[in-house]
Amino acid sequence: MTQQQTEGGDVRLTGISKTYGSFKAVKPLDLTVPQGSFFALLGASGCGKTTTLRMIAGLEEATTGTISLGGRDITDLPPYKRPVNTVFQSYALFPHLDITENVAFGLRRRGIKSVKKQVDDMLELVQLGDFAKRKPHQLSGGQQQRVAVARALINHPQVLLLDEPLGALDLKLRRQMQLELKRIQTEVGITFIHVTHDQEEAMTMADTVAVMNGGRVEQLGAPADLYENPKTTFVANFLGTSNLIEGEIVSAGTDIVVAAGGGKLRLPTERCSAPTANGGKLLLGVRPEKISLAHADDADAIADGRNRVTGRIVDSSFIGVSTQYVVESPAGKALQVYEQNVERRAGLRAGAEVVLHWNPAHTFGLDAAQDIDAGVETVEDAA
Amino acid sequence: MPVLRWIRRNLIVIAGLLTLAYLILPNVVVMVFSFNKPNGRFNYAWQHFSLDAWKDPCGVADMCGSLSLSLQIATWATIGATVLGTMISFALVRYRFRARGAINSLIFLPMAMPEVVMAASLLTLFLNMGAQLGFWTILIAHVMFCLSFVVTAVKARVMSMDPRLEEAARDLYAGPVQTFLRVTLPIAAPGIAAGALLAFALSFDDFIITNFNAGSTVTFPMFVWGSAQRGTPVQINVIGTAMFIIAVLVVVAGQLIANRRKNSAR
Repeated sequence: MTQQQTEGGDVRLTGISKTYGSFKAVKPLDLTVPQGSFFALLGASGCGKTTTLRMIAGLEEATTGTISLGGRDITDLPPYKRPVNTVFQSYALFPHLDITENVAFGLRRRGIKSVKKQVDDMLELVQLGDFAKRKPHQLSGGQQQRVAVARALINHPQVLLLDEPLGALDLKLRRQMQLELKRIQTEVGITFIHVTHDQEEAMTMADTVAVMNGGRVEQLGAPADLYENPKTTFVANFLGTSNLIEGEIVSAGTDIVVAAGGGKLRLPTERCSAPTANGGKLLLGVRPEKISLAHADDADAIADGRNRVTGRIVDSSFIGVSTQYVVESPAGKALQVYEQNVERRAGLRAGAEVVLHWNPAHTFGLDAAQDIDAGVETVEDAA
Repeated sequence: MPVLRWIRRNLIVIAGLLTLAYLILPNVVVMVFSFNKPNGRFNYAWQHFSLDAWKDPCGVADMCGSLSLSLQIATWATIGATVLGTMISFALVRYRFRARGAINSLIFLPMAMPEVVMAASLLTLFLNMGAQLGFWTILIAHVMFCLSFVVTAVKARVMSMDPRLEEAARDLYAGPVQTFLRVTLPIAAPGIAAGALLAFALSFDDFIITNFNAGSTVTFPMFVWGSAQRGTPVQINVIGTAMFIIAVLVVVAGQLIANRRKNSAR
């Protein structure tokens, strides 16, 4: 019934929104997911990412807007008529059916009689060939997860929707399944739309990441692009860690010069997403691993033209491959610095006076009118 | 003290056996007396062994007629209460509507109310409506009080069901009817079966409500009650024993099927 009608199959959301009573779960948004891509919707819980996914699946009716798949409008189609399948967060395997029948469910509903070969092939793909006759509750979480993927993929959907499929797995298994899913996606070439709150997971797996916040897409792009050039404080803080320093613009040219924390810092104009009028406020951002640390006594050895901030180490933690420092300075109460442990650096311990320095090209500029702490993971969120 | 230690170690087994004996003893007495050959009309004292009653279970006037009537009423009341009760359970668990809370508590009223009160008020209702007392009034009354038990059993099951399962079915090309038949119903089945069994048992042996609303119709419990005043035929024990054995066989068969299914899944 719903085998691929068209080969070109971009998912296109136009002005799609969802309102529950007076609560706007998803504000009108436009989104295009190119065919064959691995697309991630990333955001904290309650940002509307799952609702968006469920609207694509047809399990949630859109309040406004249209959804089209390969040029065909599917907004009003019920879920069982959409060439789209979902891997649920809780897997939602049918407890009364064995693994074979779970995987064969979609084929049987479409009236396909000889399912044996396809089911066997699919279980082979997810490496569960020996478990065909078991019931779901006799499988581990990771195995159930793979059954859920097989049950969806066997239908050759145009789009596979994954709703936090790895959320219930422990860390090690999660890493393993990330690679596994990526492998399967490359093998079958189907469009994957993956919802997650784990920024590392999104960056590892997806070609394109859409960061969602408060029912809107904050920013969309390739993982590296999002990481290097965040356009909002939310993206800067939610994707990895950022040091954000408040400052006032002194002069603007090819480089913007900003007065911050009693010194002057530079950044390239093209890396600034905010208005650059003289005297205007600006948030300067730099990633912790881009910063180098020097002892205050060795400050003379720092090359000219680098951004410098003086401060005092308040905390350092040894992680193995790197050491993470927290530095208190006039520019910011708790600046983060990650240093690779190439050499032991005895002088850098808590209480030491230091100079932070980095290449101005690694600095990005954000509009100072935003909440500087947006997207910072609090203890509550992490729990 | 080895005796005390032995008792302490086997306390749970002893308690279990005593409870079992307490439950089974009345049934054993009924069973034993079904092989009695009483002197006179009352089957209360053991005389000597006989198979007479088992060879001629319908030998007492009107008894098998009332038994067949009771079985019919129990069957129809079970079907009616199970279908209605299952639908009510799904409505109460899955949907939010006006008066949902009120219905939720009203549905348990027949369980909480003294049976005599309910029986009398039902009779008043039927008389006021000018209804002819008999098969239909009994059936209506039975469906009513069985309903709350079915709803209790099915609701517990539906509440523990993950609504994502039905979403998954719809996502996998099952339309509304297919979703219900292939996923919802099989998963809710144990609760529905439990409710149906309960309804059948309750309807079959109900006396108070039936007695008030039966008119001149006589069901099996009413027959037993009536004959107990004039003398108890041995055939009553035969029917009682047969019902007990059938019930035990059904339970055992159910267990065996469930076990086999579990084993084959491995």
